[in-house]
Amino acid sequence: MLERSCYDLADRCIEKHGKKPASLIPVMEDIQDELRYLPGELLSYVAKQIGVTEADAYGVATFYENFSFEPKGKYEIKCCDGTACHVKKGIAVIEALQKELGLSKDKHTTDDMQFTLETVSCLGACGLAPTMMVNGKVHPRMTPDTAVALVRELRGDNT
Amino acid sequence: MKIAAREDLKNARLEAAAKMEKQDIRVLVCAGTGCVASGSEAVYEEFRNQLEGREGISLDFAPHDGTKIVGVRHTGCQGICEIGPLVRIRLGDKVVQYVKVQPTDVSAIIQRTILHGEVIEHLLYHGQAQYVSPSDIPFIAKQTRIVLSNCGKYEPDSLSEYIYSGGFRALEKALFEMTPEQVIQEVSDSGLRGRGGAGFPTGRKWSSVAHQPDPVHYVVCNGDEGDPGAFMDGSVMEGDPYKMIEGMMIAAYAVGAQNGYIYVRAEYPLSVKRLREAIRNLEEAGLLGNNILGSSFTFHMHINRGAGAFVCGEGSALTASIEGKRGMPRVKPPRTVEHGLWSKPTVLNNVETYANVPRIIMEGAQWFRSIGSEGSPGTKTFSLTGAIQNTGLIEVPMGTTLRQIIYDIGGGIKSGGTFKAVQIGGPSGGCLTEKELDVGLDFESVKKYDAIIGSGGMVVMDQGSCMVEVARFFMGFTQRESCGKCTPCREGTKRMLEILQKIVDGKGELSDLDDLENLAQMVRSMSLCGLGKSAPLPVISTLHKFRDEYEEHIVDKRCRAHVCGKLRRFIIDEDKCVGCGKCARNCPAGAIIGARKMPHKIITDQCIRCGTCQENCAFDAIYIEY
Repeated sequence: MLERSCYDLADRCIEKHGKKPASLIPVMEDIQDELRYLPGELLSYVAKQIGVTEADAYGVATFYENFSFEPKGKYEIKCCDGTACHVKKGIAVIEALQKELGLSKDKHTTDDMQFTLETVSCLGACGLAPTMMVNGKVHPRMTPDTAVALVRELRGDNT
Repeated sequence: MKIAAREDLKNARLEAAAKMEKQDIRVLVCAGTGCVASGSEAVYEEFRNQLEGREGISLDFAPHDGTKIVGVRHTGCQGICEIGPLVRIRLGDKVVQYVKVQPTDVSAIIQRTILHGEVIEHLLYHGQAQYVSPSDIPFIAKQTRIVLSNCGKYEPDSLSEYIYSGGFRALEKALFEMTPEQVIQEVSDSGLRGRGGAGFPTGRKWSSVAHQPDPVHYVVCNGDEGDPGAFMDGSVMEGDPYKMIEGMMIAAYAVGAQNGYIYVRAEYPLSVKRLREAIRNLEEAGLLGNNILGSSFTFHMHINRGAGAFVCGEGSALTASIEGKRGMPRVKPPRTVEHGLWSKPTVLNNVETYANVPRIIMEGAQWFRSIGSEGSPGTKTFSLTGAIQNTGLIEVPMGTTLRQIIYDIGGGIKSGGTFKAVQIGGPSGGCLTEKELDVGLDFESVKKYDAIIGSGGMVVMDQGSCMVEVARFFMGFTQRESCGKCTPCREGTKRMLEILQKIVDGKGELSDLDDLENLAQMVRSMSLCGLGKSAPLPVISTLHKFRDEYEEHIVDKRCRAHVCGKLRRFIIDEDKCVGCGKCARNCPAGAIIGARKMPHKIITDQCIRCGTCQENCAFDAIYIEY
């Protein structure tokens, strides 16, 4: 069972967007913005409240890449592998970070829940490729070394 | 302030002009995604902190008391993202463009430029010469800015500055001097075509919607710019949100819609923030809502954030997503103009298309037709990236050649490189090569060369890019993004990706090329929506233009660009190897042999090309041959 506060959050989001089926995506987005993931239990609750079937809600949540049923780390790193970043060797940055954080193509979040590493297809700062985004902030002109240094700096802040 | 009638708008104009003209000096800090990433926000804060309370200076709009009034403002993308953070200083009629400005430069800029009108040389743009004014820099001088006209001049969040720039004159003209039919006629006559990629005539689309019997119509803006390597629409939304909204309002008036939706991709948080701010300001002022400017026109705007599905750029998938459903395209007809959002007639245009509308209404169809080419009037924005000297955001007349874009505006290939190809239109497009450098780019011409204008992403590649790998990259993207509804796209992209992967892994056979070609034609002709129909284009265009590179990968097991890792060969330099055996112990494939203290050898057939040996060698004795 989730905490009561999660349900209060869901209620607030539903209130904001309206109790109607079309609110499904904005409500899920707001919940995920807050909790950094979308708990399955809460999705069922939202579905019931706004009048869509649980199956439809699940179908929508799994269709869009941005929704995650798994909790994400404190720092959400989105490494860009868009065309401009790709031709400027963005892959090397991703590989360096995977190595540094002990993550892989199938494992996206560190066990200590500090970092989530995802590959995305364009952050819109192609002029400064390769780029990555950490919790919404775009970092330009990354190299494997500067990316690893940034992660180490973030990690240092927590310990 | 409330702008509830034409009279109020007139007063708002006077007030905005008074405010703007009081500013003796304007410090314009670029707040596009690129410059924000380079740290422009810290520069902006530093200017404000240092100018706040400084003797002889009042910040922004303080009352005139003999002090210099300095306005410190954000602007939309100034264009040359490569050398950000960008700052422009407007001193009366003179404008100075500074590049790569750091917070530590701010006190010198205030002291020398703002207080004494001097130019600081080391902060200027240095190309073939040193340029003071932005309009002298070839990158900017050779552009024609209609859509981006306000970017670099005005604060994107400020309604008052937008009104000062001429904002809402077009809406006023449409509402009070034109009938909806006349608005549609003007847009039709202008020859404006959809800037999202397909190039469908905008006026015809509006006219279809206006003539639908159903009384409820919608206007929708496609800001789901998912094409990797493109950021034009994002720059318009974050750099001049009001202009795009004004364009949508004019469309709504023309087709009789009361509600408009903007669908923005979630990866553009800055666009979402600025659009929200703009809509809030317009609602407060009464420019959005009931009886706008006292007319009978009523219009409300809503923002929907995308959730990471490329296919939602397709019309019927986008409207499904706004309705809260899975973003999957449906069979057409009926088209979106008859059966769009909530099954109602819907105008769906892209960001750049709407942003062209206000100027067309103000200056007329003939003026618009005087720019660009016969069949594709007007301008087109492109995001210029990759192996090029000046990366950034540009806007040029349709019909401009690739050579002009790459060499005159882009400053040529990045040092040391030679031009190989330009990928245009992203994963739905193709590549243009040296042979096509002098083709004028417009909707028709580019199609003849196995490519499309697309939304305007332009990635320049030099000899360091492998065309087979690029094709694999795009196929990987479209395969991931295929929604899975129709078989040709779902299965076809997967099979094509497998074949391309096989080739870059050095396991390809010559017959694979025929299979690729056949699959590509099948997927192209049989897929349900634009995503599938265009997915094979990167493969088709590289197969036709760079077949020799495919064959090299297959026959010679060689990648001339030195990109494909599985085609490299690790070799031990016998002169450097001391025979310590560390490489052999660490080799996961057991592919290294050699006696102790004797030079070792790698058995090429067993080697899996992972590079572990090279990482482990303490004597730098292992090198790579391609």
